[in-house]
Amino acid sequence: MSGKRYVARSTAIAARALGDEMMVMAAADSALFTLNGVAKVIWEAADGATPLEEIVRLQVCAQYEVAEEEALKDAEELVEGLAAHGLLLVSDQPIVRGGSGQGGA
Amino acid sequence: MSSLVAEMGVKALRLGVPLAVQLDLTYRCNERCIHCYLDHDDHGEMTTAEITGLLDQMAEAGVFYLTLSGGEILMRRDFFPILEHARARTFCVKLKSNAVMIRQQEAERIRALGVEQVQISLYSHRPEVHDDITKLPGSLERTLAGVRRLKAAGLRVIFADVLMRQNFQDYAGVKALAAEVGAEFTLDPTITPMMDGDRSILNLNVDPAALRQVFRNESLVGNVEEFCAPPTGADEETLNSLPCSAGHTACYVSPYGEVYPCVQFPLPCGNVRRQRFLDIWRDSPQLREVRSITLRDMPSCSKCAHGGSCTRCPGLAYLEGDMRGPSYQDCEKSYARTGIPSENLKAQQATAPPPRLVQIQGLRPATSPPAPAPAARQ
Repeated sequence: MSGKRYVARSTAIAARALGDEMMVMAAADSALFTLNGVAKVIWEAADGATPLEEIVRLQVCAQYEVAEEEALKDAEELVEGLAAHGLLLVSDQPIVRGGSGQGGA
Repeated sequence: MSSLVAEMGVKALRLGVPLAVQLDLTYRCNERCIHCYLDHDDHGEMTTAEITGLLDQMAEAGVFYLTLSGGEILMRRDFFPILEHARARTFCVKLKSNAVMIRQQEAERIRALGVEQVQISLYSHRPEVHDDITKLPGSLERTLAGVRRLKAAGLRVIFADVLMRQNFQDYAGVKALAAEVGAEFTLDPTITPMMDGDRSILNLNVDPAALRQVFRNESLVGNVEEFCAPPTGADEETLNSLPCSAGHTACYVSPYGEVYPCVQFPLPCGNVRRQRFLDIWRDSPQLREVRSITLRDMPSCSKCAHGGSCTRCPGLAYLEGDMRGPSYQDCEKSYARTGIPSENLKAQQATAPPPRLVQIQGLRPATSPPAPAPAARQ
C-alpha cells in the first residue's frame, strides 16, 4: 500500500468497552461485533486525523510485542473489514467532521 | 439471541457490568390504557440536566443497551435533546412509544440519530378494540400513521401486543398488520400489577383456556411439541443458575431517579438524585440481595418439576410477597403449557384461591463461557 490512510469511527454505530473488548453495533442492520484488545486500541485511536500507520506504530506496537510490518498488515485487514460493515470510515485524506455526531467510543 | 450477544451477557455478568438499562423518561401519557401499571401524574420528573448527567454516568458504568420508555416518551419536550445526548454517548438506543405523536419530522430525526429499534404498543387491528383499550379515540389510526412514517424513514419497528380479555381474538390480526407494514410482532400474555402493588387490573388477564390456545399456536411459539413438553426438573447446574438478568446485568430507572432491578421488579435500590448510578449498582444492599438468589434458594421452585424450564419472574414473586417464592402467574403458564401443575399450584389448590399474577419474559443469562475473541467478530 502506498500513501497514508486515515480512519474514523462511523457515527452510525453504538459502541461500548466491555473489559478488554469493545462491543460495536452497526445502526444500519443491528449487526453486533466485538473487537479484541488490539482492535480496540485501533478503534479508540481512529480519530480521522491520525494515519493508520501512526496508530499502529505508536499505539499497537507500543503495547504489544509485534513487528510493525505484520501489525500494519493485520490492521489494514481489520480496517477494511470494519469499513465494509460501515463501522469505520477510511480515506487517504484526514477525515474532518463537524457538528455533534453520534460517534466516539 | 445470537451467540455473541449471549457471550457479552456472560462477560458482563462476570465483570458486574450493567449491560442494559431501561430509563423511563416520564410516566405522563397521551393514552390511558386500561392495563397500564403506571400513575400518569408528574411527581417530579428528572430535569434534562439530571437525565443527561445520568446518561454520562451510565456510559461510564458500561451500559450498552439503553431503552427509553415511559409513559409516552414524546410527552417530554426535551425528548430529542435527551436522545441526541444518548447517541452521542454511543448507547444502542431502543425506544418504546405509542407513535401517536410521531410525524414525518420526528421519524426522520429518530432515524438520523441511529436508533436501533422502535417498539410500538398496538393491541388490535380493529379501531373499536384498540381505541377502547387506549381510551384515546382515533389512536389506532394515528399509531399506524406514525408506524408508517417510521418505516418510511427506514427504522426497525416492533409491534408489542399485550394479550388481555378485550383483544384475545385479535392477535392474529395484529400480526398480519405487522407483516403488512413491515414491522415485527411480539405478544406478551402478561398484565402486570400496578407499581404501587394494586392488583385490580389483573382481572384483564386471559383465562387459562385462552392461554393454552396461545401456547399451542405454532406461529407464535414455534415447535409446539417442544414448547409444551413435560418438564424435566432442575439439575445441579440449573439449581445454581440465576433467575433472570434483573439486577445482574440489567436494571430500571424511573423518571424520578429511582433505581430498581427491573421495570417489573419494584424493589427500590437507591436514587440517582442522591447517589451515583455506579455506586447504587455496585453497593445497593437490595441489589446484592437480588444477586445472591439462585434457584436453589427458592424453597418451592427448587423442588418443582418446572424448576428447569419455568419463566418465573422474580419481580412478580416479590410483588406476591417473597422474591424467593414462586410467581403464581408463571405457575399458571407452566400449567397451561404442559398440563402439569407446579408445586405451588398443588399447594394453592389445597387452600384458598391465589391471586392471579403475570410475568415478564425473563432473560436468563447464558451459562456457557465466552470463547477467545479474534480481531473482530460478528
